Amino acid sequence: MTDAVHYGIKENTENKTKTTDKRKNKRDLRYLPFLLPGAVGVIVFIIIPFADSARRSFLTNITLEWCGLDNYRAVFNNEAFALAMKNTLRFTAVCLPLLTAVSFMIAYVLSKLIHARLIRSVLLFPMAIPTATMVLIWQILFADSGCINGILTYLGKGTVRFLGEGSFWLLVGSYIWKNLGYTVLLWLTGIESISSSLCEAAKTDGAGEVQCLVYIIMPSLRPTLYTITIISFLNSFKVFREAYLLAGSYPHRDIYLMQHLFSNWFAEMDLGKMAAAAVCVFTVVFVAAALLKKVWDREW
Amino acid sequence: MLVYIFFAVLCAAVMLPVIMMVLLSLNDETELASAIMPLESGKGFCAPDPLPFFPTFSHYKKLMLYTPEFYRVFFNSLRNTAVILVCQVLFAAPSAWAFSRMKSRHSKLLFDMYVIFMLMPFQVTMLSQYLLLDRLGLMDTSAALILPAVFSTFPVFIMYRSFSQIPEDVLDHARIDGAGEFTIFLRIGLPMGRSGMLAAVTLGFLDLWNMVEQPLAFIKDKRLLPLSVYLPMIDKGSEGIVLAASVITLIPAVFVFIIGQDELEAGMISSGIKE
Repeated sequence: MTDAVHYGIKENTENKTKTTDKRKNKRDLRYLPFLLPGAVGVIVFIIIPFADSARRSFLTNITLEWCGLDNYRAVFNNEAFALAMKNTLRFTAVCLPLLTAVSFMIAYVLSKLIHARLIRSVLLFPMAIPTATMVLIWQILFADSGCINGILTYLGKGTVRFLGEGSFWLLVGSYIWKNLGYTVLLWLTGIESISSSLCEAAKTDGAGEVQCLVYIIMPSLRPTLYTITIISFLNSFKVFREAYLLAGSYPHRDIYLMQHLFSNWFAEMDLGKMAAAAVCVFTVVFVAAALLKKVWDREW
Repeated sequence: MLVYIFFAVLCAAVMLPVIMMVLLSLNDETELASAIMPLESGKGFCAPDPLPFFPTFSHYKKLMLYTPEFYRVFFNSLRNTAVILVCQVLFAAPSAWAFSRMKSRHSKLLFDMYVIFMLMPFQVTMLSQYLLLDRLGLMDTSAALILPAVFSTFPVFIMYRSFSQIPEDVLDHARIDGAGEFTIFLRIGLPMGRSGMLAAVTLGFLDLWNMVEQPLAFIKDKRLLPLSVYLPMIDKGSEGIVLAASVITLIPAVFVFIIGQDELEAGMISSGIKE
C-alpha cells in the first residue's frame, strides 16, 4: 500500500519534470534564430574540424592509412612531449594559485582604501601592452648583461641567468605582471557587490575583521573565484607569446612548453603526432573543466 | 601610510618597463647604442640613462620616412582586428542572448561545450584549423587569421553573463505589450547588456592586437604579418626604430584601454554576481 503510494508520487513527479522539460524546449525554440548563425559557425569552423583532426590521429601521416594507436604510442614515447607537458602543468600549477592568492590580497586591501581607482588602473595597464613591443625591453632588463644583473652585481649578489636557468620564474613573473590587474579588478567587483551592511552587522555582534573576511566575504566570492579560475587558466596558455618572442622555438628546457612542441611539430609537418597530442591535451583540459564545473555546481 | 608606500612601489615596478621604453625611444643614436651595447658584447651591464641627454624624435622620423612596410603591417593589424571584432559582435551577441534566455537542458549542454572550446589553447585547434584552411585554399591569406577568430566563443561567454542579469519579467512585460522577440533583443537586450558587449570588445581588441600564434602558423608572406609578429623581426642594429615602432604599436592599445576600462569594470560587475 505504502509502496504503491510511493511509486505513484514518483511517477507523478517524473511526468511533471518531463512536461516542464518539453515546455522549456518548446519555449527555447523561439531563440533558435538568434543562436543559429553563431552556432553554425562554431560547428563548421571549430567542432567539425576538431573531430576531423581527432580522426587523423588514427591515420598515418602521408598515406592516411589506418594505423590504430601508433601515433599515440609515438607521442607517449616522445621525450619532448613528456618534458613539454611537465613544464606546462608545472607552470599552471604554480601560476593559478599564486595569481589568485596575490590578487585577492591586493584587492582586499584596495577595497579598504579611498584612492584605489588610480592604483587599479595602473595595475590593469600591462594587459594592454602587446608582447612584441616589450621584447627589447625585457632583453635590456633581464639579459645576462642586462640592467637587473647590473644592479645585482653592484649589490654584490652575483648574476642570475634570467633567460637561462631562471627563465621559468621570469615567465611566471611576466604572467603575473600581465594578469594581476585584471584579476584584482574581478575580485574588487566581487567584493564591492557584497553589501557592506552585512559586515557591519556582524561587527556589532562582536565579529572581528578576520572573522568577517573568512565567514562573510570569502563565501560570497565563490562565483568570482569561478570566473577568475576560468579566465586565468585561459590566459595561462598565452605566456607562449612571451616565451616564443623572447627565446624562440627552442628555449631553455625549463620553459619548453606544450605550445612550443606543437608549433615545432607543425613546422616539421608531423601531423599525425600533432593530432594525437591535440586529443591528449583536449582530454586533459576537458577533465579539468569538468571537475571545475562539478565543484562549482555542488551545493555548499 | 605603509600601505600607500607599498602600492606606490608596486605601481612604479609595474609601469617601469613602459616608461623605460618611451624614454629610450627618445634617446639619440649614440646614447642608445652605448646603453644597449652590453647586450651584444656581453661586457659590462646595460645602464640606460633615466633621462635622455639629447631627447630626439629622430627614430620616429626614420620609421615614418624610411620604413614603408611599417604602414602596411600597421594597416594589416588594424584591418584584421576591426573585421574580427565587428563580426564577433554580429555573431556572438545574438548567440549570447539566446543562451542567456534558453532554459532547456540541451542549450545548457551546448553552452558548456562553448566554454570547453573557449578553454582550449590555440595549439589544440591549430591542426584542425590548418586542415580546414588548407582545404579552403586560405593558407597564407589574411582570411586565415580572420575567419577562425570570428567564431571564437570567448565573447559569447563574456556577453552571456551580462545578458543573464536582465530579469525575465522585463521581457514578459514587453511581450504583453506585443513586442516580438527580435524587437525585445534590439530594444531591451542590447541596451541593457551594453557593458558586457563593450567589455568583450575591449578584451577582444587587446588580445587580437597581440595576436602571435595564428600568424606564426598560418602566414608565410611577410607582407601579411600583423605588428605583433613583425616587430621582433626588425633587423638587429636598428633598435631605435624597433623602440619607436613599439611605442606606436602601443598607442592604439592604450587608447582602447583608456576608453574601455570603465566598461571593463561595469561589464565585470554584472558578471561577478551569480547567475
